[in-house]
Amino acid sequence: MVNVIWVGLILIAIIYSLLTGQVDTINNGILTHATSGVNLILEMMPLIVLWTGIMKIAEKSGLLQVFAKALNPILRRLFPSLPRNHKALGYIASNIGANMLGLGSAATPFGLKAMDELQKDNPKKSEATEAMITFLVLNTGGVTLIPTTVIALRIMHGSANPTEIIITSILATAVSSISGLVLDYFIRRRKRK
Amino acid sequence: MNLISKIVIPLFVLFIIFYGVKKRVNVYDSFLEGAKEGLLLVFHITPTVIAMVFAVNIFLDSNFIDGMLGFLKPIFDFVNIPIDILPMALLRPISGTASLAIMNDIFIHFGPDSYIGRLASTLQGCTDTTIYVLALYFGSIKVTKTKYALPVGLFADLMGILAAFIITFIFFG
Repeated sequence: MVNVIWVGLILIAIIYSLLTGQVDTINNGILTHATSGVNLILEMMPLIVLWTGIMKIAEKSGLLQVFAKALNPILRRLFPSLPRNHKALGYIASNIGANMLGLGSAATPFGLKAMDELQKDNPKKSEATEAMITFLVLNTGGVTLIPTTVIALRIMHGSANPTEIIITSILATAVSSISGLVLDYFIRRRKRK
Repeated sequence: MNLISKIVIPLFVLFIIFYGVKKRVNVYDSFLEGAKEGLLLVFHITPTVIAMVFAVNIFLDSNFIDGMLGFLKPIFDFVNIPIDILPMALLRPISGTASLAIMNDIFIHFGPDSYIGRLASTLQGCTDTTIYVLALYFGSIKVTKTKYALPVGLFADLMGILAAFIITFIFFG
């Protein structure tokens, strides 16, 4: 599926550019945007290395498990296919926690580690499991309680009330996440039958 | 608000290290072990990130979305919503940086306290970049059969974006 999107984006980009006479733009784009990807990796690398290091401490000290246990009542309903003390649950809890606080860059390493743990007991390594999909739906829904970047930008542009959008964001986020989870739930239930 | 988000991370790090020391974990060695795993993780996700950033960026460069706007303008005029919001709504599931850049433009042109400024703020907060997250997370563990993940993710985005339009209208309309 990601395959289709990737091909679609590139085909549309190149064909549309050529048809509208933007040959220079697309030529430059193809030559320079590999660098954009590398730059993003270089930006993310220190954060990922730092946070996976720090979270290893939390894992070894049992803190991650404590955190997961606190969120267990919710997580158990969302991930019925995972055993109670699955290692991934701690990382899932940390990922959601960081997202809620609007710390997107800190959330990514936790999310990647959660996927890594889920993959360890996946019988078919090239196929997504139910738990993986539920986790991603939860994640892409973007359960943000404090949209820090948006607020910072609003302050920068001289908003009279930069935080007034918190409540609308939370409501919209809730609609997005809940509708994703509900659809995910019904798909899983139909498959069982 | 800024203070809260600034203090969360230092306290979080402090707490983890403090708890580790208290439980007599070899904190430094654990950090190194985790950091090494992190480095391998970066190595694994590099091809995915380069592939996605490349595709999204040349797509944005082609101005395809701007080209499509002409068709939809009458509909947006009819419901009295500035058409300038549409590229942002369309890009939100594809690229967080791109939609953030458009939001910034909207703030410059219309101001953050305008109706469209508030709508843009809510849109940016309402969902995450589904396509990027899916590509990154599944790519990192080499899962190629993503099953129903993408349709469900995009459905959640669509509902979130619609909700953002409706809720902004109710609160600020």
